[in-house]
Amino acid sequence: MTTSAAVDADAASAAPRRVALVPLTAVLGGVLLVSLVCGVGLGASGVPWGDVLHLLRAGLTGGTLSQDEAAAYTIVWQIRLPRTVLAAVVGAGLAVTGVAVQAMVRNALADPFVLGISSGAAVGANAVILLGAFSALGVWALSVSAFGSALAAMVLVYAAARSAHGLTPLRLVLTGTAMSYGFSAVTTLMVFSADRGEAARAAMMWLLGSLGGATWGSVPLAAAAVLGGTAHLARSARRLDVLAMGDETAAALGVDAGRLRGELFVVTAAVTGAVVAVSGAIGFVGLMVPHLVRMVVGADHRRVLAVAPLVGAVLLVWVDVLSRVLLAPAELPVGVITAVVGVPCFLLLMRRRGYAFGGR
Amino acid sequence: MRVDINDLSVEIAGNRLVHDITLAAEEGQVVGLVGPNGSGKSTVLRCAYRALRPAAGTVLLGGEDLHAMAARAGARRLAALPQESSAEFDFTVAEVVAMGRLPHQRGPGPGGGGLWGKALRGAGGSRGSGRSRGAGSGGTGSGSLGHASLDARRICADALARVGAAHLANQGFLTLSGGERQRVLIARALAQQPRVLVLDEPTNHLDIAHQLDVLALVRDAGLTVLAALHDLNLAAGHCDVLYVIARGRIVASGAPHDVLTPQLLADVFGVRAHRVRHPETGAVHLLFDRLDRHDHQERGTQP
Repeated sequence: MTTSAAVDADAASAAPRRVALVPLTAVLGGVLLVSLVCGVGLGASGVPWGDVLHLLRAGLTGGTLSQDEAAAYTIVWQIRLPRTVLAAVVGAGLAVTGVAVQAMVRNALADPFVLGISSGAAVGANAVILLGAFSALGVWALSVSAFGSALAAMVLVYAAARSAHGLTPLRLVLTGTAMSYGFSAVTTLMVFSADRGEAARAAMMWLLGSLGGATWGSVPLAAAAVLGGTAHLARSARRLDVLAMGDETAAALGVDAGRLRGELFVVTAAVTGAVVAVSGAIGFVGLMVPHLVRMVVGADHRRVLAVAPLVGAVLLVWVDVLSRVLLAPAELPVGVITAVVGVPCFLLLMRRRGYAFGGR
Repeated sequence: MRVDINDLSVEIAGNRLVHDITLAAEEGQVVGLVGPNGSGKSTVLRCAYRALRPAAGTVLLGGEDLHAMAARAGARRLAALPQESSAEFDFTVAEVVAMGRLPHQRGPGPGGGGLWGKALRGAGGSRGSGRSRGAGSGGTGSGSLGHASLDARRICADALARVGAAHLANQGFLTLSGGERQRVLIARALAQQPRVLVLDEPTNHLDIAHQLDVLALVRDAGLTVLAALHDLNLAAGHCDVLYVIARGRIVASGAPHDVLTPQLLADVFGVRAHRVRHPETGAVHLLFDRLDRHDHQERGTQP
């Protein structure tokens, strides 16, 4: 074990760990960079690799371009790059919130959507898609409305789940699930009463997740939320460990589980809301990536939270590439691919390793 | 460190679970709480490790009010083994023991930062954050961080060795047997470096050898101990003082064999008890039989 890894392992034992963290994150960081470049290069209209690198460099350093490169430059910088970056941000956000929610409700089956936030966002998004609400906001209407209704859902779920003992896992899951049904009913009603088939299709696309609407404008808020949320959760990693051991144990170790859960709820709901607002409800990433990462690095949240965002980012960049390429020029919903790719990969890993999801 | 619980009452949802509990544990004493199921033993202990807030009364550690302390300050003085011992995720034994260091870690928020936290702190010039705070400039700060983590590791390794579980460090906590788990949880409590140890039924689900082991470990830790126990012979054999709780009130206290009289055992537990002497050690043991129903009614103590 290297010195830096030893320092990082902090209070943990002197025992050899499952995988050295620093090399792993370095490799994943490299893979993410390569994936981003590939994500820009691959798509319905091919851009040669040499041109991709040249155009990316030109955009970063301000070089001059010839007239006939302008079209490719627009594809790379205005369409592909924001989309690919957003895919990475969304993937990282879903993975990290998945980790936090699983620890928060102490349930291996939980994912970011179990809190009802994304169903809430769907109400806002579909109000825009189907009913043309908030048309004054122009291109921002969809994201703003989705984020706004995600926050509203967060307040509702929080208020309904709160009890004298703060937030307890079961109340939180049950409230989130029940509210999800309520929100879904509203969405379904809107889809059902929409007379335009095209709009219903767009609504469906949103519900399954898509990065097709990505522009540079949609990146900053999502990126800030994901970065801020990840930093906060990483700082809370030890408390997440303790929370996973149970509320009584947490109390004995000086952690007020009810209050911590409230804090985590707000953070994860804000990140989920920001991510869902720009990408729709992309399923499976938030459930699968945390488990995938735990299989490799163990349950220690400092390690899980260092690796999960990178894995989530890489995964979603490639899933988005597939969604663009497989049926080009048509696009597949991202949620379909996360499931098709994720399920077999997940089952395979699960069978190969002696991983206990939560009990043996 | 002595523990004084004064006039403690607890209410949950309007029901008063325990009434005016007053008990004391001198420095280094092992104090047992015994009583039938539902008598309020756990409730009293949960107040002691802050899982519950009393409706009235105080818990004093060395004369200081526990519930007025910062949560972590309390956890540095008092460690506990609650009855739950579930882990939802597959932590290693070493990781479980390391959790005991949480109350001792300074850091941004009560967290302590992972790789990202560290990277972000580095990027932000480690402004005012965390462990480097007391350690002067950035350079020495990272040095002291190394020391702190080495200390913590040594403490955790010592704790595991003291309970005879050093060889388990890399195993998954969920793969352990009940006896091993209990040892590891005691190691976690020891890693907390507390002055007081609170145990709620620490021998539950353990075979007899492990029961004796666990209680010997607890005794040898040299801490002030407050333990709820079901097995009255174990309680009598391992505690300096016993408090008997029935229906939320303390009904007797004192040296074990002054307290556990056949009369009290019939009244509180509804059993007929005989005292016998161990043929070799001479220690007093209790034998139990069912109390006949009409015996009961004659005494008129049982509903």
